[in-house]
Amino acid sequence: MSILVFAEHDNSELKADTLKTVAAAQAIGGDIHLLVAGHNCQAIAEAASKVNGVSKVLVADNAAYEHQLAENVSLLVTELAADYSHIMATALTTGKNFMPRVAALLDVTQISDIIAVESSDTFVRPIYAGNAIATVQSLDSKKVITVRSTGFDAVATDGNAEIIALDKVTDAGISSYVSEQLSVSERPELGAASVIISGGRGMQNGENFKLLDGIADKLGAAIGASRAAVDAGFVPNDMQVGQTGKIVAPDLYIAVGISGAIQHLAGMKDSKVIVAINKDAEAPIFQVADYGLVADLFDALPELESKL
Amino acid sequence: MKVLVPIKRVIDYNVKVRVKADNSNVDLANVKMAINPFCEIAVEEAVRLKEAGIATEVIAVSIGNKSCQEQLRTALALGADRAIQIETDESLDSINVAKLLQKIVEEEQPQLVILGKQSIDSDNNQTGQMLAALTGMSQGTFASAVSIDGDKVNVTREVDSGLQTLALTLPAIVTTDLRLNEPRYASLPNIMKAKRKPLVVKAAADFGIDLTARTNLIKVTPPAERKAGIIVESIDELVEKLKNEAKVIS
Repeated sequence: MSILVFAEHDNSELKADTLKTVAAAQAIGGDIHLLVAGHNCQAIAEAASKVNGVSKVLVADNAAYEHQLAENVSLLVTELAADYSHIMATALTTGKNFMPRVAALLDVTQISDIIAVESSDTFVRPIYAGNAIATVQSLDSKKVITVRSTGFDAVATDGNAEIIALDKVTDAGISSYVSEQLSVSERPELGAASVIISGGRGMQNGENFKLLDGIADKLGAAIGASRAAVDAGFVPNDMQVGQTGKIVAPDLYIAVGISGAIQHLAGMKDSKVIVAINKDAEAPIFQVADYGLVADLFDALPELESKL
Repeated sequence: MKVLVPIKRVIDYNVKVRVKADNSNVDLANVKMAINPFCEIAVEEAVRLKEAGIATEVIAVSIGNKSCQEQLRTALALGADRAIQIETDESLDSINVAKLLQKIVEEEQPQLVILGKQSIDSDNNQTGQMLAALTGMSQGTFASAVSIDGDKVNVTREVDSGLQTLALTLPAIVTTDLRLNEPRYASLPNIMKAKRKPLVVKAAADFGIDLTARTNLIKVTPPAERKAGIIVESIDELVEKLKNEAKVIS
């Protein structure tokens, strides 16, 4: 078997999630190659060559791949697919965007968001917002798989893979990049943080999210939010934790003013330790919390910050 | 221009699903069903394009047994003009759903197809992208804003790092994210009117597509239970527990 893993990156940094997706590939077993598709991404190729368990790094460095447009990347991956039994990507917005296109071009169905590998054709994945766990066997000859990185432990980075440049360019010419609005933060990314503190509707407005800042600073935490807080416009969409937002599993998750809808729990209930602070003692979030504090967050947060 | 909106009947988003005792699947007997929330947002967006004079006709399509007509009627009550049910009793893999939808796209020639980004039952997030690949269309997934601009559509997408805007050549596929719009409630007169709007039924078997299953569902189990937690009485107790019992802060 041979496995092609798509390297998750933004042309400046290889995302740590890639190390977890490679771990999933190792659980399947076989020769593992990483694909780096981007523009001016030699530094990513260098970083990718150090990922353990990878024998080759294929680099497609061209303006057509700069923004990893699904139309262009899917053509590239589909052309490479002939040599591989499995094609894998991390289930983040880039992989979720282009991988089903690859699957359709190869006439296979995709196995999405796997959290465990049973065998080379059988995988475990959450369904119904994580309220059920399905074990699914793929009957297709080629497996196209996206990996939920919280299910796997990162591989080390002391490898030494061969770097091979690809020169063929696939540009579908039907989509183009216009602009982006990136959230700039000094804090760790939600997917990489070992501590996360999230606010919900109970925060009442965006200004009050500043109450989380001091605690996040002391704990080195990322700041997240529930859908309710994002919908209400308190904070931007990239902070949303939940079934259709970011799926996280930090060592410590502190939910503040979050009631605990099924859809939010789906995004965080695999965290090692969960703390809930809510003034409503009946809030469903307390059912998944290891430590619950029934209190008004406007009293509790300043006190918590002072005592850390 | 014509807008096609594929929709799916799923468990109501407020219902917590239970796994069957024999672990063969989840138990949907006597469970409240509804239009998938992301599909409802797709219908709303299409109807708004019609109200803005951009779309000329909104066609809803769903694949399933007779019960999915209920969700097609919901789409009609929200403002879709007509509906197509592709009848099957099978639960189809996404690639086969996309192939059936491809046939409808070939028949109807829409300039825009708007779908939900994922269904809240199988959580696959793939049908829209697959349909785009099969029809050779461009795609704007996880959309939070859509604007038609001549022969292009600009789609603002919710991505991990923030928002990204793409320009797509029409015809194109758009999949909806939560913030694209807030769907309206269907009014009683519109619900009554929807009953008289055209709904055509076509048999999935008549499309000449091999719909053989691509996956085998081996088992479905409940998720691991978290052990019951405790309620602490004060911040002091919380900090003490996190330091000395859970050992997650120092």
